[in-house]
Amino acid sequence: MAKITFQLNGKPVQLDTNPNRRLLDVLREDFSLTGVKEGCGEGECGACAVLMNHEIVNSCSVPIANVINKEIVTIEGFSQTHRYDILRNAFEEEGAVQCGFCTPGMMIASESLLNKNANPTEEEIKIGLSGNLCRCTGYNMIIKAIQRAVKDGDGTW
Amino acid sequence: MVEGYIPTSLSDALTELANHPYRLVAGGTDMLVQHHNLKTLPINFKQDVMYIANLSELQGIQEEEEFITIGACEPLESILEHPATPKLLKDTILEMASPAIRHAGTLGGNIANASPAGDSLVPLYLMNAMLEIQSKDRTRRVDIKEFITGVRKIALEPNEIITKIILDKIDFTKATFRKVGPRRSDAISKLSFAGAVTIQDNLVMDFRIAFGSVNITVVRHPEIECQFITKTVQELKQNKEHIVSLYREYIRPIDDQRSNKEYRKQVSLNLLRQFIDTI
Repeated sequence: MAKITFQLNGKPVQLDTNPNRRLLDVLREDFSLTGVKEGCGEGECGACAVLMNHEIVNSCSVPIANVINKEIVTIEGFSQTHRYDILRNAFEEEGAVQCGFCTPGMMIASESLLNKNANPTEEEIKIGLSGNLCRCTGYNMIIKAIQRAVKDGDGTW
Repeated sequence: MVEGYIPTSLSDALTELANHPYRLVAGGTDMLVQHHNLKTLPINFKQDVMYIANLSELQGIQEEEEFITIGACEPLESILEHPATPKLLKDTILEMASPAIRHAGTLGGNIANASPAGDSLVPLYLMNAMLEIQSKDRTRRVDIKEFITGVRKIALEPNEIITKIILDKIDFTKATFRKVGPRRSDAISKLSFAGAVTIQDNLVMDFRIAFGSVNITVVRHPEIECQFITKTVQELKQNKEHIVSLYREYIRPIDDQRSNKEYRKQVSLNLLRQFIDTI
């Protein structure tokens, strides 16, 4: 057992737990943050993506021991922001959501990208989304949604 | 139960390692896949582990006059973004994984993992990377090609940690990394290739070739490369098929779920041909 402290969705949290657990399991089991999905469990699909210090990581591939003193934001925390509202509207308008399983990860990937690069090219968007799989949309709508969010956001990022 | 130790400093880590063996975990992006467990259960490590990713002594990139030093646990994405990182290493990292993996995965981790398909190993062999390795009582430096001894086998003592990767600053005229995989991100290579050349007054002053995923570790043969130093560019190009034939016997890939040996060999040699054509 180890004492693990970090910031979760803007609030300090502390837990006594086995350090050999995955961040994904701690988020879902201990904090009921079920917007974080387990897809492949191997870092290939991005459904479990969260922000760690504002950058996308796959929570299935991050041991909780590595999260000490980091800032973690899940889709639930991100949904409290203005940036989320813009992205959500853009995803809706462009038809970028079908079954929705990949969507939390896609939104996290979009935020991670735009936070670093407020006006990405189409190629940069593709690289930004390259770790996230979607089996419904064919990706074009998601790329368009991010382009729309950049326009609608008008300097938000 | 398997324990997980979280050191507070490098000296804490080295002291603990001197007393008790641990498997080291850096970013975890490969270790967690290798030790996958049933959903919600702890990671299925077979021995006690030590988490070193957040040790500040293993972070950072320093640029000196003749070399750059990369902290072993510096995330790949930070290496990609750093202005001092050699372009060949940047080009490789861009092909290596998705942003999510690159934010967590480390260069030291990719080296210690010692996979025959480890993408970063190809440019690191090509650049003669040196590793700094520390234990409680000593610090040593070793060439990466001496450090990796086989498939997932490394010359690291149980009480040691890789602390730094040291690269000479070399201004190649042309340096290329090529990876062949089914998907640009997150795919393990079928094969990879790196070539570098320095040309002065139409003479080849430096010529380096490295292949990944086609033998137990990276294939590099300085004794072949040096045969073409001080040749003219035209002579090098005229020798293209001769050079290909010299490497042919060292390209010994295997069949596995990602590809087959005939494809790997053919495409590796084609990438060598293409590199020579584009010098």
